[in-house]
Amino acid sequence: MESVYLAIPLLPLFGALVAGLFGGWIGRAGAHWVTILTVAASFVLSAVAFWHIIIDGGPVFDEAIYTWMVVEGIRFEIGFLVDPLTVLMMTTVTFVSLLVHVFTIGYMHDDPGYQRFFCYIALFTFAMLMLVMANNFLQLFFGWEAVGLISYLLIGFWYKKESAIFANLKAFLVNRVGDFGFILGIGAIVAYTGSLHYGEVFAAAPTLVGEQIEIIAGLPWEVMTVICLLLFIGAMGKSAQVPLHVWLPDSMEGPTPISALIHAATMVTAGIFLVARMSPLYELSTVALSTVLVIGAVTALFMGLVAIVQHDIKRVVAYSTLSQLGYMTVALGASAYSVAIFHLMTHAFFKALLFLAAGSVIIALHHEQDMRRMGGLRRYMPVTYVTALIGALALIGFPGFAGYYSKDAIIEAVGYSQIPGAGFAYWAVLIGVFITALYTFRMIFLAFHGEPRDPRVDKHAHESPLVVTVPLVLLAIPSVVIGAVAMGPLLFGGFFGEAIHVAPERDVVASVAAHFDNWLQFIIHGFQAPAVYLALGGLLVAWLVWGYKPEIADYAAARLSLIHWVLERKYGFDELYQAVFARGARRMGDLLADTGDRRVIDGWVVNGSARLVGYGSQVVRHLQSGFLYHYAFGMIIGLLLLIAMVTFL
Amino acid sequence: MLADWPLLSLLIWVPIVGGALTLMAGENGARRLALVFSLATLGLAIPLYAGFDTGTADLQFREHLAWLPDFNINYALGVDGISLPLILLTAFITPLVVIAAWTTIRYRVSQYLGAFLIMEGIMIGVFSAVDAVLFYVFWEATLIPMFLIIGIWGGANRIYATIKFFLYTFFGSVFMLVALIYLYYQSGTFDLFALHGQPLAMGQQMLIFIAFLLAFAVKIPMWPVHTWLPDAHTEAPTGGSVILAAITLKMGGYGFMRLSLPIVPDASQALAGLVIVLSLVAIVYIGLVALAQRDIKRLIAYSSISHMGFVTLGTFLVFLLLARSPEAAGARLGMEGAIVQMVSHGLISAALFFCVGVLYDRMHTRQIADYGGVVNTMPVFATLLVVFAMANAGLPGTSGFVGEFMVIVASFHANFWVAALAALTLILGAAYTLWMVKRVVFGDVANERVAALEDINAREIFVLGVLALAVLALGLWPAPLVEIMHASVDQLIDHVSVSKL
Repeated sequence: MESVYLAIPLLPLFGALVAGLFGGWIGRAGAHWVTILTVAASFVLSAVAFWHIIIDGGPVFDEAIYTWMVVEGIRFEIGFLVDPLTVLMMTTVTFVSLLVHVFTIGYMHDDPGYQRFFCYIALFTFAMLMLVMANNFLQLFFGWEAVGLISYLLIGFWYKKESAIFANLKAFLVNRVGDFGFILGIGAIVAYTGSLHYGEVFAAAPTLVGEQIEIIAGLPWEVMTVICLLLFIGAMGKSAQVPLHVWLPDSMEGPTPISALIHAATMVTAGIFLVARMSPLYELSTVALSTVLVIGAVTALFMGLVAIVQHDIKRVVAYSTLSQLGYMTVALGASAYSVAIFHLMTHAFFKALLFLAAGSVIIALHHEQDMRRMGGLRRYMPVTYVTALIGALALIGFPGFAGYYSKDAIIEAVGYSQIPGAGFAYWAVLIGVFITALYTFRMIFLAFHGEPRDPRVDKHAHESPLVVTVPLVLLAIPSVVIGAVAMGPLLFGGFFGEAIHVAPERDVVASVAAHFDNWLQFIIHGFQAPAVYLALGGLLVAWLVWGYKPEIADYAAARLSLIHWVLERKYGFDELYQAVFARGARRMGDLLADTGDRRVIDGWVVNGSARLVGYGSQVVRHLQSGFLYHYAFGMIIGLLLLIAMVTFL
Repeated sequence: MLADWPLLSLLIWVPIVGGALTLMAGENGARRLALVFSLATLGLAIPLYAGFDTGTADLQFREHLAWLPDFNINYALGVDGISLPLILLTAFITPLVVIAAWTTIRYRVSQYLGAFLIMEGIMIGVFSAVDAVLFYVFWEATLIPMFLIIGIWGGANRIYATIKFFLYTFFGSVFMLVALIYLYYQSGTFDLFALHGQPLAMGQQMLIFIAFLLAFAVKIPMWPVHTWLPDAHTEAPTGGSVILAAITLKMGGYGFMRLSLPIVPDASQALAGLVIVLSLVAIVYIGLVALAQRDIKRLIAYSSISHMGFVTLGTFLVFLLLARSPEAAGARLGMEGAIVQMVSHGLISAALFFCVGVLYDRMHTRQIADYGGVVNTMPVFATLLVVFAMANAGLPGTSGFVGEFMVIVASFHANFWVAALAALTLILGAAYTLWMVKRVVFGDVANERVAALEDINAREIFVLGVLALAVLALGLWPAPLVEIMHASVDQLIDHVSVSKL
């Protein structure tokens, strides 16, 4: 199997290199064929790996591919860990990536950077696979930074657009704040366990319980807590958790296919994957889990609220992504790692679907993204409408759709959780259900229902070509069925085996399992809990406000102007960061450059000492006057002094 | 067979003789002659690498000739795992400088190229000298060609820059001379490795350490004696900036490892805190200052200072770690990280200065504000510049990551806050580098001069492409580099773990 595992990431890399280096030579069709075929092959092989590990119960693969370097006995390696968690991620990533590749043919049809785009997304697939297949922290960080780099390149893909090149710099820097924590976490792991290999670190972790580190003198911290929190800072950057979420909405400046692939389905879930992968570490620190839980809950609730006031169709989906990532993080904090991965998977399908549907709308309207200039699209784009509707129903957790199972499982799991913050998190995710339904169907009603609000809709709107609609349909299928199919084995069937570790006293998933027989019964059971009614309520309110009587929306906006203002400002994070960090750092830099370097060091010390020498020389120069009588006078004085010394001493 | 040749002498004297011949050659002949001699030197470096035994910390390729026997001064050469990477770096960079200057230098070509070849021989001499006087002679001799390169082929403000450069660094190194002479009177030898074993009292050690510190801190440079560097870099011609950043700065780091640490370990231990604080100031303060620069070359110069902070940090970490555990866990990681950082910075800063040279040759301005949207007219160049910018920001997979990663991880062994401040470079390095890239490379075409730019030619692609390959190779597989240094770094750390008192 080793050669299969090796081929899975290397095939897309090959495709990317061919498309990138020989793009001009192989042409546009060549570029999309080579990348699509290699990613398709990678998907097929991932499915083979899935079959091998899950269905055949093949052995977990955990081996080094090559040794990067060895220093002080610490092995820095590139190596793969292929276990149930990995194969699930691999198949999800390659499947979504493949469909996004196909969709791109239609979306980027007229773009001059066609080959470059295919090179980037294939390269992204490679990097993401390296990330999920890592068996050690070094390779994890490689993949982590590589996906960040490609995200940077893709957000700034249209490099002439000022907003795009602002957004990509912002995304990179905010992610770097996360990586700052991440690299320190890796440093802590090496310092305390002497290894980078997952297996060895997990084996050593229990012996660190009770060991403390004084970061601030007199305030000892549990080492495990410090490690987990530092790693989580990294996860917060990549998975856009409050307060490091600010880059994700701006990342929508990039082309829509990458919003679907990178900023919804795969890369942003890397943080979720990270914490799930590190479950043996997180289980050792309740403080860390509580922090994860609370941050996730805050993100889930408050980012959902912002989505209600957005006008750009992609930004609505982006804030929805933030909120859903919050749900996954909540699940992690509640020790329901398998549920988080379950939601990650269902979300990958229905969110990619929603983004691609939004993309389909955007191409139909010639790059119009403002929902206020849409309306009535369902008549012009029936396939896009139906698939978007399926995505929306999955997103709000409508009974029977994929998102229903995963979201309901999260809510139930948090309900059972006993760790500090669980009460708040439970209410946050519950209210979040209502909010999700509200903004999702606001989007559906504004874009697809009613009458066209812009004459251009009537003129331009038409259904998209097959390369666009086929991926939509192919994503719509799992958006409906994957929840029912996967829930039983994934959550309660011991799917993950050794890959996820939960301490028995925190095993909330087991409590959820207690009343789970099959998917149908789970739906019926759902009607005994509030979440379903909240979702339906949200849908109903959305219909009332944006479908039935649009005046209500304006009225509400006017009456709740303060809340509206706060939401429109997105709580002011951007302004705050811009003022404090961006401008602050530049001011500080200016100050240090002008005062520190130019005035004090150069002005006073360096040039000052030069001036001092010059001044001293000016004074001493007067002794060398060139007049004979001055020198003669000096000699006489000297002679007198000598005589005086000889005589009197 | 090759191993029996006096390879080090050849590496020193082939470029110097070649430089002398180049000086005398005509304009066209000078280019070919310089290329032949610099490639010959690179060729001579291959058997040096191939024949190097990584299993031992002993000096290899030793040469010994009595020079001034009355004072026990010898022409003594040798390499170990610390100097070999720097010699290879020197031999690798110089041909690129010659190639890059092929059509861009039109004024006194033979002198320009001759100066660089002579400079190459002298720098290899610094890294291979085993005798203190020989070391000092080579050390100071590097000033002369560089002084001329900046003074003759430099920018508008070159006279100020060149005098500042000369006085600043000369001021530092005369103290080293005093210390070396003092050591001679104590021990009767100028052999650097014999001095490593020389017992010294704490007071003596402190004074010697401070003398060395002045020399090396100015050279590398450390905050607050760094202000010569931005001026020198900015005014120097492209090749001068490249050699200055890629190699001469490394002499400071090399000096710490070859002289300060082993000769005065107890004083190094006592003052390690000071050096580490200065290193962290360099990383953070200079990172912020870099953010404020409006001149591309100054920005890269400040970036160099910030990156050199990792070299001094990694080198002196050993003392913090010794205080925690007798085996100093993490010290080797830090020290080797420092050397990797030197090599990597040699490649990246060279590449970045070449990139600025490419732009300057076309637009004759270094101001960031004069550019914008370069990618529209120079896509190949923009791709390469983004690669080097990412390497400068320490992206994994490039050499820039390796040394920083090693030093950050090592410093976590010592202290959380040291690691945290060092890790700030992840944010600051990315901020100043990518912000510059955004303003220069991305965006719409800013003005008609940018619109008229022509993409890089085959010669420029070759120079930058070779560097890009080296940066990626080192980032994807640093094992061959770190294996060279294991034995020597082990020995150095064992040596400094034992007090001389």
